[in-house]
Order: sequence, then structure tokens, then C-alpha cells
Amino acid sequence: MDDAYGLLLKTYRRMGGSESILRDERVAHLVIHGNEVYSSRAVEGLVLDSRSRADGVDVELRVKGGYRIEYPVHMCFGIIPEEGEQRIRLNAKIEDGAGIKILSHCMFPNAERIIHEMDAIVEIGDRADFEYLERHYHGEGGGIVVAPRAKISLGDHSRLYTEFSILDGRVGKLRMDYDMEAGEGSAIEALAKVLGYGDDEITIRERGYLRGRNSRGLIKSRIVVKGMAMSEVISELIADKGAEGARGHVDCVELVMENARARAIPLVDVWNERAKITHEASIGTVDKKQLNTLMSKGLSKEEAIDVIVKGYLR
Amino acid sequence: MAMKDRSILEVRNLSMSRGGRSILRDLSFSVEENRVYGVLGPNGAGKSSLAYALMGLEEYKPDSGEIIYQGKEITELSISERARMGITMLWQEPVRFEGLSVRDYLGLCSRDGDVREYLLKVGLDERYLERNVDDTLSGGERKRVELASILALKPKLAILDEPDSGIDIISLDYIAEIVYELKKHGSVILITHNEDVAMLSDRCLLLCDGFIVKEGEPGEIVSYFKRKCVPCPTKRERYG
Repeated sequence: MDDAYGLLLKTYRRMGGSESILRDERVAHLVIHGNEVYSSRAVEGLVLDSRSRADGVDVELRVKGGYRIEYPVHMCFGIIPEEGEQRIRLNAKIEDGAGIKILSHCMFPNAERIIHEMDAIVEIGDRADFEYLERHYHGEGGGIVVAPRAKISLGDHSRLYTEFSILDGRVGKLRMDYDMEAGEGSAIEALAKVLGYGDDEITIRERGYLRGRNSRGLIKSRIVVKGMAMSEVISELIADKGAEGARGHVDCVELVMENARARAIPLVDVWNERAKITHEASIGTVDKKQLNTLMSKGLSKEEAIDVIVKGYLR
Repeated sequence: MAMKDRSILEVRNLSMSRGGRSILRDLSFSVEENRVYGVLGPNGAGKSSLAYALMGLEEYKPDSGEIIYQGKEITELSISERARMGITMLWQEPVRFEGLSVRDYLGLCSRDGDVREYLLKVGLDERYLERNVDDTLSGGERKRVELASILALKPKLAILDEPDSGIDIISLDYIAEIVYELKKHGSVILITHNEDVAMLSDRCLLLCDGFIVKEGEPGEIVSYFKRKCVPCPTKRERYG
């Protein structure tokens, strides 16, 4: 256990994290290796319980009404050996007037035969804020299946921001599936950034329901695939009958290089004549004018592509 | 002979066609060190095509002729190779780069690290450093950032393709200052259809329909351009 914990922290440092954050008593954290909880801390206003099951870990997170958690909560999930399974069930409740930001670091540096699943149910009350940023590091093996699934509901006048990224190491197989629904005056913003190569397979389905009056939604994705990688992004934004004055936008850009393949399916569904949802989706290779511009400054073609791709995914 | 010794660029009998149509026709000229060479001409004259051919764009490879830079033939070299030899280009329409900050963009060009001074020289303050080179900047702002990037490179040969396009008229002073600044480090090819901008050059040629119509002092060329080219005569009148 100590060995795996040390290696997990080493990977965490590699991702830009600092152990001092995990020692800081003002900062809540949760460290899970495989299906075993290694370390956990809550802070005032935050209830954070975790329990190992035979086949996974249950995590209960509750931010008490009116509490705004000052520092981001750090969650470290990972498996150090080449094979293993990790199944997290997260139940989160952000009560009325509360706010929290979670930085989730998912680390699988030696993945050869790994399954990482996350099933999250998140209830966000009224006038509450929830930010969830999930960043993955997978190593170069590519033998991993990642399946994050979430059902997130917002009350009225609340805000949700999610950011999911796999930019460091092979993706393996990604099966992402998020459902989000916004009440009156609430806003959803979901961003996915993924760089796939080798024979990576990326499937992203994000669905935003604008249920309340004047609700807002933005579903945005930036995907780059090269080698033999494949991606399919289905982004849906639905304005319900009651979503008068709702506004939404779907924005999907995929860059395809070498022998990769990409599909983008933006879907908008509007049930109220006073709602408006727009979409844009583009799939293409690296822009020639961008390449020429950077090469005219002395960058090689490969260096120029790297700058462009990193910009897309930043 | 003395002139040849001082030339940084020589273009010899350069011809180029695209889609079966002649774009550049047997062009020959040379650019001296630390001088500004103007290329004046109406829209469609082949000015930008000449710029692309000099910079080495794949799609603008000459059919014949030679480009000699600092005594070496570079006709077959790539854009990157030419850039590493000290040639660069200001693009007429600067492109957007999603997710790339002005600081990082200029950092790709700067050899001395501090990029703020280059922004100030094009009339932008350091608050722009954290902005992205994307559609949150206006076309004019992107053009200025592009000009700053050229300054940061300190090129031996800068090809400026319509440096004033997309920038308000007051900024012509900035263009003059930038050209003067670039001249300290190297030579400039100033491509324009604007007579005032052409007057910033030390020597100038008039390009029309892919031909060099006339070469000489900028005043002489601009005067000829005004008399003979505005309005543009028909090809029959021009070439008999």
C-alpha cells in the first residue's frame, strides 16, 4: 500500500500537483487507489465520506447550505499496477446557496488492462455553484477503459462547470456519458478536451436539458485524433417547453490527422418558441494558413502542429 | 558589380503559373541589404503570389527561375528553412490561433525573451499579453500582433504583404516606424497597392498582370502608377 501510495503521489506531482496540498488542513481531499481509500479530509461545511465495497468505492459528498468551500477539493483516483479495476460511485449534494470546486486527478501511468468507472449523481440546489475539473494521466500503454457517467441536476439560479481532459498519455477507450439539467436561470457549461492517438477510441455523449426559464447551456468539445485513433462526439442541447428565454450553444471542433477518423453530431432540440439554441461543429485537419504562419517564424512543420494542437486543447 | 555584392536577395527570371494561368512572368530584381524594396501594383497583379513564392509556400513553387538569398539558391527550400536563414513574412490576413496567448505567440518569435517592447511599438500595451490570438481580438489588433511578431524576429529579410490592410489610416505612422525599425536589422520587401506606403521604400517596382512594368525610385514609380494605372487601362492598351 505504501509503495502504491508513493507512486500515486509521484504521478500526482508529475501532473503538477503538490503533496503539501494533501497535508494542508484547510484543503479537503480524497485519495483512492484501486478500490481502497488511502486518505481523506473534510473541511468545515463539507461532509466527505467514503467506503470501500468489494467491487468499488462509495463516496458521499455534501456541501451544507450556504457554505462556499474556500479552497478547491483535491481528489486523486488511480491504479499504479498495469492491471486492475476501479469503480467509484459518487453521490454529491450541493445544498442551496453552497459552492464547491473539485479538482479530480485520475492517474493510471502503467495501464495495460485497467477499467476505471465513475458513476456520479450530483444534485445542485438553488443559487449554488459546482465546478468539477477532471484531468487524466494514462501513460503510453493504452490498455485502459475509462467510463465516466454523470447525472447532474441544477435547481434555480445555479451554475455548473465541468471540464474533462485526457491530454497526457494514451486515451485507451473513453466512454463518457453526461446528462445535465438546468432549472430557472441556471447555467450549464461543459467542456471536454481529448487528444487521442495510436488506436484510441473516444466516445463522448453529453446531453444538456434546459428545463427552466432563462436557463443557459454551453456544451463545448475540442478533440484531436491522430494515428489510427477514432472519435465520436454527440453533443445534445434540449430546450424544454418551460424553457422560455433559454439560450444555448453547442460548439464542437475536431482535428483529424494521419489515418484517424472523427465524427461529430451536434443535436439541438427546441420545444419553446422563445428559446434559442445554436450549434457549430467542424472537423478538419490542421489549418494550412496557421501552419504557414508558424513555419515562417522558423518552426518546423511538426513544431507548428504541436503549437496549434496544444492551443486547441488548452 | 558593387550593387550585386550588397544584395541580400536576387530573383532571376522567376515565372509561376497556377491552374494553367500565368501569375508571375519572368521576374528579375534584386534587393540590397538594409534597404526597403517596394512592390506596388493593383489588385490581382501577382504581388501576394510573389510574396508566397519568396517565402517558399508549397503551392507557390516557381515553374522556372531562381531565388538567391545571401548568395545561396533557396528556390527549393521550405518555409521553415528559409525562416531559419532569416526570412520572414507578414501575412496580409493574420490567422487566429485558438488557445494561444499573445505572450506565447510572441515568445515563439523573440530571441531575447522580453516581448512587451514589441507590443508597445505597434501601439498595443502589455495588457494584450494575456489575450489570445483568436477572434476575441479585432482584425486590426491581430494585424498589430503580427507586426509585433515580425519585429521580435529581427529578420534579415522581412516580406510585408499589405502591412496597412485592416489597420486604420492613423496607423500608417506605425507602419513607417516599423519599416524603419526592420531596416536597422535587415531588408524589407514592402508589398502594397497603397501609394503612400510605397513611398516608404528606397526602391520600387510596379507589378501588373505578373510583369514588372517599371522599376526605379519610389516617387517615379508612384507617379507612373497614378498616371498610367489609375484607372487601369485594358491589356490591349498596356501591351499593344
